Parts: sequence; structure tokens; C-alpha cells
Amino acid sequence: MNENAPARSSVVLVIDDEIQIRRLLRLTLEGAGYKVFDAATGQDGLTEAAQRRPDVVILDLGLPDMDGLQVLKRLREWSRVPVLVLSVRDSEDDVIAALDHGADDYMTKPFSAGELLARLRTAQRHSLKGEEMKVFRSNQLEVDLVARVVKVNGSEVRLSATEYSLLRLFVQHAGKVLTHRQIMREVWGPNAAEQTHYLRVYMSHLREKLESDPGQAKLFITEPGVGYRLMEY
Amino acid sequence: MRDDRPNPDALLSSIQREESASRRGKLKVFLGMAPGVGKTFAMLEAAQRELKAGRDVVIGYVETHGRKETDSLTQGLPLIPRRSFDHRGIVLTELDLDATLARRPQLALVDELAHTNATGSRHPKRYQDVLELLDAGIDIFTTLNVQHVESRAEIVREVTGATIHETVPDSVLDLAEIELVDLPPGELLQRLAAGKVYVPDRAQTAAGNFFRTGNLTALRELALRLAAEHVGQDVRDYLQARQIAGPWKTGQRLLVAISPSPLSESMARWTRRLADNLQAPWLAVYVDRGRPLSEEEQARLQKNLTLARELGAEVIATTDQDVVTALLRVARQHNVTQIVVGKPAGWRVLDLFRGGSMLSRLIRESGGIDVHCVRAESNGVAPRPLRFSRFSSSNPRQYMSALAVVALATGCNLIFGRWTGYHVLSLVYLLAVVGLGLFVGRGPVLVGAAASALLWNYLFVPPLYTFVIANLHDALMFGALFVVALAMGQLTTRIRAQQAAEREREERATALYLLTRELAEAKDLAQLLGVVVRQLGNTFHAEAALLLPENDEREPLTPYPFSTFDVTEKEESVATWTYRNRKPAGRDTDTLPSSQALYLPLLTSTGCVGVVGLKPRSANRWSLQERNLLDNFIRQIALVIDRQRLSDAEQEAKLVAESERLGKALLNSVSHELRTPIAAITTAATSLADLPADATTQLRSGLIDEVVEASQRLNRLVGNLLDITRLESGHVKPKMEWCDAGDLIQVSLQRTAHQLRQHRVSSKVEARLPLVRMDFVLMEQALNNLLSNAAVHTPAGTAIEISARVDGPELVLSVADNGRGLPAEGAERIFDKFFRGLGAPTGGSGLGLSIVKGFVEAQGGRISARNREQGGAEFVIRLPVGQPPPVADEAVPELP
Repeated sequence: MNENAPARSSVVLVIDDEIQIRRLLRLTLEGAGYKVFDAATGQDGLTEAAQRRPDVVILDLGLPDMDGLQVLKRLREWSRVPVLVLSVRDSEDDVIAALDHGADDYMTKPFSAGELLARLRTAQRHSLKGEEMKVFRSNQLEVDLVARVVKVNGSEVRLSATEYSLLRLFVQHAGKVLTHRQIMREVWGPNAAEQTHYLRVYMSHLREKLESDPGQAKLFITEPGVGYRLMEY
Repeated sequence: MRDDRPNPDALLSSIQREESASRRGKLKVFLGMAPGVGKTFAMLEAAQRELKAGRDVVIGYVETHGRKETDSLTQGLPLIPRRSFDHRGIVLTELDLDATLARRPQLALVDELAHTNATGSRHPKRYQDVLELLDAGIDIFTTLNVQHVESRAEIVREVTGATIHETVPDSVLDLAEIELVDLPPGELLQRLAAGKVYVPDRAQTAAGNFFRTGNLTALRELALRLAAEHVGQDVRDYLQARQIAGPWKTGQRLLVAISPSPLSESMARWTRRLADNLQAPWLAVYVDRGRPLSEEEQARLQKNLTLARELGAEVIATTDQDVVTALLRVARQHNVTQIVVGKPAGWRVLDLFRGGSMLSRLIRESGGIDVHCVRAESNGVAPRPLRFSRFSSSNPRQYMSALAVVALATGCNLIFGRWTGYHVLSLVYLLAVVGLGLFVGRGPVLVGAAASALLWNYLFVPPLYTFVIANLHDALMFGALFVVALAMGQLTTRIRAQQAAEREREERATALYLLTRELAEAKDLAQLLGVVVRQLGNTFHAEAALLLPENDEREPLTPYPFSTFDVTEKEESVATWTYRNRKPAGRDTDTLPSSQALYLPLLTSTGCVGVVGLKPRSANRWSLQERNLLDNFIRQIALVIDRQRLSDAEQEAKLVAESERLGKALLNSVSHELRTPIAAITTAATSLADLPADATTQLRSGLIDEVVEASQRLNRLVGNLLDITRLESGHVKPKMEWCDAGDLIQVSLQRTAHQLRQHRVSSKVEARLPLVRMDFVLMEQALNNLLSNAAVHTPAGTAIEISARVDGPELVLSVADNGRGLPAEGAERIFDKFFRGLGAPTGGSGLGLSIVKGFVEAQGGRISARNREQGGAEFVIRLPVGQPPPVADEAVPELP
């Protein structure tokens, strides 16, 4: 049995105009036990999404009939299905826009199949989880959201109020990439969205306190030009 | 058989049309002595003849005053509708200049050359409309009464007592062929009595005085003489053209001295008449003595000089303390044979000290040049007493301080007077007055001197407390005090004036120098235009705008975006007129004077490169010197813009050549660099497909590794190509944010980990690095490229060190290896596109380093490369650190 196989036979919808990418994804995903539907245009994609009720959507941003971002917006009007955005490197701004508009994750082309499957699992898990998580664990880090206690390798670590609310945000979206803007808005308030230097300083504080080697971060990963991600191990 | 040959008549007329477009139109003036002699009638008759001869004749503006016989002559002549102006409720109609220009007839009739246009017209005077039509190659028939000829206006006034307001410059008549419309005065009076002469109602009484036999005879003589002189000139022109030696007296050249005085006007007219008779060119010279002119004087000077120019003089302004020297200098430079000056109004004592009056000095020093001394006639405006005008430059405060100094001296004297004799006290006063002379103007010095003398007399000279002077001794002392004070005042005033003039000249020279220097330093056209707008604004206290043709030589003009005032659509049409006609227009000119700004064409030898608009910040007109300076500025600017255009064109050609070269290099590189990984992928993939079922896992994974490796290489190459394209096309716009350099290095190492897996990589990040402003993505790309470069160019197992530290005001990022270092040859070219080190291993595109350089420089940083002493190459990126915004520290709660 393939170790990457999802718990049950999940339905994935691929919206991409490149037939080769669709074919490759179908091979990879079906190999991993997914049931795959695909669409070549944004319009078809929306129709498919409505009919097939997929568990996860893989969305390309460059579509022939409409902008991928537009598809995402229309989809979000009625569905909370996890969406993983696929893009070429040039569209960083598009990626940020997509994440800010409710995409769950992104990958740049070319991508590796293993990583794609891992990201899909993370995205799905979050949507399935639903209920409040009480204790988060990843490697040496342990965060008890109820007791507000943070431990590294079992010993408690003191965090300032801002550091803690930043960490809590990451924990609530563990495995997901958070854009600079999202973080700033959540932690520092809507007016601070452009003051990213706060974020840089507090990220380095968190790394200093929580990473086992702050020089080689394993927990808090920088997504260049986009944001940060708390890894789950 | 059909005849396809063109109609010879049509052919001829089309040729004539083409000719007329390229040449200047001919002006024919129907000259009369007074209204009512039948000028319009004669003009229409001539026009009918031209029409019959097959020419394209139109009526631009003809006033028949409803007379039947005149009206009938307009039959068959196409009429260009007049343009209406609403002037305070009264509708005025004028010649529609633009419609006439658009219609492009061969000949246009424009009545009443001396007419003044309604406000809002393009030109204030109709003769200026006519000049523009002539410039456009349209022939003109027009009418004119002799009283409206500028150089005769004054005689007419003397003869008839009527002041003439509407005049036509003689320089316009010089262009014209004159046809005299003559009528004996008796017949004219009969016609007048019969009501055949149109006279506006309100002018009836004035007309009664004007139409008298005596007046008419004098006017007739004037008209006849003007016509005769003109014929004489035509004959001479003919003789000259045919090179027939005739009674042609060459070499005469006149000069008239012009000043702000109202008398200069009549002197200019007098000189014009003399010049006419001698058929000599003439100069009008203004000598600026460095004396500040009042606003009124400025205006009058401008008026006098404009008049001289209109009368056909070449106007020269020069600067000198001494008028005589200046006049003679200009005269000698221009081979003048006769100088015209005004008769001095009176006799001045001071002339004796100056080595004779101006006139006698001029006569004495002029040598071979004749001097005319002319009785200058005033137009009723009395010349201002200039002697007192100078006092006005001293303000009341100076008078107050003069009196204060005298009071102080008196105080001293009252104290010292007890011990010394009263004679010495006069010296104290003298000292005070001399001292005053150094700081205040002539008026206050004079007042101080008078006060000193009187106080000395009253307080100290016996008999005390009277103004009586008892002995000669004291009287002499008293007199000396006055004379010394007067001399001091005079001297200081003159020195001050000289200084002021000197300073002004210096300022002008400096302004021009600054302009030239800044223009020379400007790197491109945009920067250059910025300099122009700024310098024009500063020097002339005006808002400046630049309008340039959008594509070379083509309209419409587009205002330069950094212009300091908005050019409205209406103003733009003024600028377009300037551009098309290559003449100044707008404010302070004869064309569209109601515009807000003055528009000057930027003329070069090749044509007009654009238009400069200037809107003064105050209501003052520019002085003559400022206008001269402005002309210099404009010439300089035109030259530089022209030069910049040429060099831009050259630069563009170079760029095209360069991009062709690059294109070739790209093609060569891409075909090789793209095909290699594609070949690897294809080969490995087909091998995998054909692999027998029992093939070893090792072989299988080896082939797969090849595919992965090749595709990564392909991906890098495409990324590089995209980056270089973005750089080349100027699309790299860094998003500068405060970033953590340590984070940057981490990310970059993770991203290149696969490529660097066979190297020993170490990173060294200085503790407590400040945040640095950079574009994280671009910097990551730059570091990736440097690391990847090191991986490609050094053998496996080589140590690679990446480090970050702060050095003074800069963040220093370094990527160093201990490989074989940079190539000895071409080390300075390693950042060039497609440069590949000699014997460089394959795998690079030759683009990586030039991308790094482009990205780093786009963020205001710099990059350098060197060979390390211990061997190997080091690439160093330096970024300015700046002052990161503060982030407040937070209290960390204690553990419970």
C-alpha cells in the first residue's frame, strides 16, 4: 500500500490549461490513491467544482479564459474547499494575492511530486480538523493553547505578549503559508500591514527562543517574498 | 480617343500654387493722402484685373461703407467670412487670419493696413496679420493713408494738429510695392461735400478740421514724396541687382543714441527719414550706464527701442559708464559714418569737470564720423528731472541715520569743544560726513553735510547761537565742508552704481555659466530638460514650461512633464504657433499678447526643436538686459537639446547594435545551453523506457538522477533568461523592505543545497545584524546565483563560505571559495552578459553574474569580485544599511 495514500479515496479537482501538466498530475495523484477530475478553463473548473464537490482543488493561476485569482474568488463565494495554487515563479504578487484571498497553499512550477502530495495532505487535514486544537507538537516544540504554555524540549519558554500571539497564529495555521500581510493584520492590527520590520524582528525572536539552531531554521520557514510557514513534523 | 493629358492651365496653376508655398508673398499698398481718395476702389479694380487673369483672388477684409460703385466691384470675388469678437457687448468683426491661411489663395485683399485689431485677436495690429499671410506665400493688396506711416506720423501731427495713433512701421512698407491713388484736394473736398466720403459720425467735427485745403495739399505732397522715394528705391534695387554702376553711394551708416527719454522717439523718426534719404542702414544704440531705471523709464526705453526696430533699425544695447565712449565704440565696430544725438536741453556746470559736455566730447573724439545734433521734440511729456530721481533711491532710514551721525558728532564736539578751538571741531564734522558717504546715498550725505555746517556755525562759530559768520577764515571752512560732502556723495553714488551694474553683469554671467555647466553635466534629455526648467525659473523668476514635438519634427507639441506651470489648451495653441512660425509669441510680444506666458522658439541651424514657455511670477516686464540674457539662454538651450537629440539618436543606434550582438550571443548560448539538458533528459528518459525489467535499481536511479539534474539546469537557465530580460527591459522594480540578512542566507543555502551537496559550505553571520532595506527575493536570487556560480566553477569538495557582516554604513555579503580563483584575463568583464571565463566548465549560461550585478545595483548596492590571498575567488555585495525604524522591546513575563 502506498504510504502517501489519503485516509479515504479523496476527490481532487485539477484546473490547469496545460494538458501535459493535467496528465502528469492525474498519473501522480491516481498513483497516490486520489480520484481525479480536471478542467482546462476557469469556467469549466467552477462547474466541475460545483458538480463533483472535490475534497481539494489544485488551481493554476494562468488560465485562458479568466484569471486564476478570479476563479478563486468565485469559488470562495460558496465553498471552503482547500485550494492549492500552482504558479510559475514570475507571479509572486499573484501568489500573495491568492493566499490573501483564501488559497490554502501554493507551489511554484516546476515542483516535485512528493512535495505536492505532502502539501495536499496538509491542506486537507486542516479542512477536516474543524475542532479546536488544544496542544500542538512539532519536533522539540510544544504549545498548549489552552494553558498558554510553550515548551521547548520539555522546558518552559517565556514569550512576550506579541511573540505569543504570533506563535499562536502560526500554530493555528500550522503547515500553511501565511503572508506578511495576513500576519501583520492578525497580530499588529489592520493599520500595520506595511510595517513588516516588526515581523522580521519578532520572527528572529521566535527563532532564537524556539529553534534548536536559529542559524538553520527548521520550524519557522521563510517563504521568500511571500511570508512564513510553521512546519509540522 | 480620350485625351489623358493634363489641362495645361490646371498644370500651370498647380505649379504656381507650389511656387507660392515656397516663396514669400508680394505686398502691394494702395497709398492715399487721406480717406476718400478711392484707395479701396482702386484696389478692387486691380483685384478684378487679377481675377480676369485667372488668379485665385479672395477678399480677406474689405470695407465698402455701402457705396454702390465700390460694392459692384466686389462681384465675383470670393469672400472669407469675418471673425466676430464680442467686446463689452459690441460685436467687432475682423479678418479671419486662420481661415485665410487655410484657404491659401494666391492673392488676398486686406483693407486698411493700419487698423488695430480687436482684443483677443492673435496680433494687435492688422499689418502683423498681413505679414503672416505674406510669410505663408500669399500675395496681399492693401490700402493705407500716408498719415499712418510711422516715419511721417509726426509731420502729419505738426501739419494738421491731429495725433495719429494707428501707425504702420516703415519696415513693412519697405517690403511693399506702392501704388499711389491720387486725387487733387479740390476734388476730394467736392466728394466730401457730396457725402461720398465715409466719415464716422463722432469724427465729424474732427474731420472738419482735418479736411482743409491746406492740410490736404501738405498730405498730398507727403504721399507723393513717399511714393517717389519708393520708386527711387525700386530703381536702385534694380540697378544693384543688374550690377549697373549708378549713382549709388555706398558705405553710409547711421547711428542714433536712444535713451529712456521721451525725446528719443522723435530722434528715431528723424534718423529714419535721414536714413531713407541716404538709403543707408541705421543702428539704434542704448547705453546702459549701470544706473537703475525706474519702472516708468524701463517701459519708455522698451517703447523707444521697439519703435526704432519697427522703423527698421538694428537695435544694440551696450553697457558703459561713459556714454560717449560707448557710442563711439559701437560706431567704430559697425563702421558708422554719421551719429545722431539730441540737442542738449541746457548747460550744466558739472560738464566742465567732466571734460566738456557730452556733445562737445562726442564731436571732439568722433574723428572721421559726422555728428548730427538734432532738436529733439517732445510729445508733451516733460522729461523727468533726473537729478532728483537719484535721491529717491535712498530710503528715509538713511536720512535718519545721517541725522543721527551728525547729532553724535555734535555731542562729541560739545564735550571736546571745551578744550579745543572751534576750528578743529569742523574737522570732526567733516569726519562724520566722510564716514556717512561710505554708507548712505548722496541725498542723506548732502543733508548730513548741510546739518553739520549749520550746526557748526550756530553752536561753535562766534558769534555763538547765530548763523552769522564773522570772518573769511570761517566762511572758507564752511564752504569746504559743503564741497567735500558733495564730492563724497557723488563719488559714493557712482561707485555704488558701478558696483550694482558690475554685480548685475556678474549675476548674468554666472547664470549663463551655471546653465552651461549644468547642461553639460546632464546625462540624458529628461535630466537636461529638468535643468532647463529649473534654471529658467530661477534666473527669470518665472514658471517655465518646455514643449517638444512628440516625434521628431512632428506636431503636436507635448508639454514636458516637469514643467512648472500647466500649459492649457489655449496656451498650447500659442506654443504651436511659435513652433510653426519660429517666432516668439504670447505675453510681451505682438502675437497673442493676452496669453499668460511668453513662448520662445528653440531655433537651431536645422530648425525648431521645441518651444519654451515662461510665465513671470510677478507682473513686471523683463528688462532689456534680462531679455538679452533670455535670448542667450534660449540659444544655448536650443543648441544643447539639438546636440542631445543627436547623441540620443547615436546612442539608440549603438543600443540597437548592442542588442543585435546580444541577440546573436543569446541565440548561440541558448541553442547550446538549452539543447544540452534537453538531450540529457531525452536520452535518460528513453533509456528508462527501454530498460529491461531486470535492470539494477542503481542504473535506474542513476538515469532518474540525470533527468532531475538536467531539468534543474534547464529551469535555472530559463530563470536566468527571464531575469536578464526583466533587467534589460527595465522591469526590475525592487520592493524595498527591512529584511533580516541572516534569514536571507539561510533561505539561499536551502535553495541551493542540492547544487552544493558536493561542496563544503559554511556560513558566518555576524551577531546582532541590523535589519537592512532590500528586496528579499532579488537578493536571494543574487546569492543563489553566486553560490551556484561557485558550485559550477570549483571542483567538488571545495570549501565555500558565505558571510554577512556590517562594515561602517554598509552590509557586506560575501561568497568566497578556495577554488582556482578568477581568470587572470577578463577579470573586469566577468559581470558582462554572456562572458564566460576561459576554460570555464560547462553548466553556466554566462548570465548569472550580470544578473547579480543588475539586481544588486537596482537596490542601490554594489558588487565586486577579487581573488583572495589564500587562493580562490570572493564576491562581495555591499548594501547601504540605513536607519531601520525602531521596534519597541516588550517585557517578557516571568515564569510562574
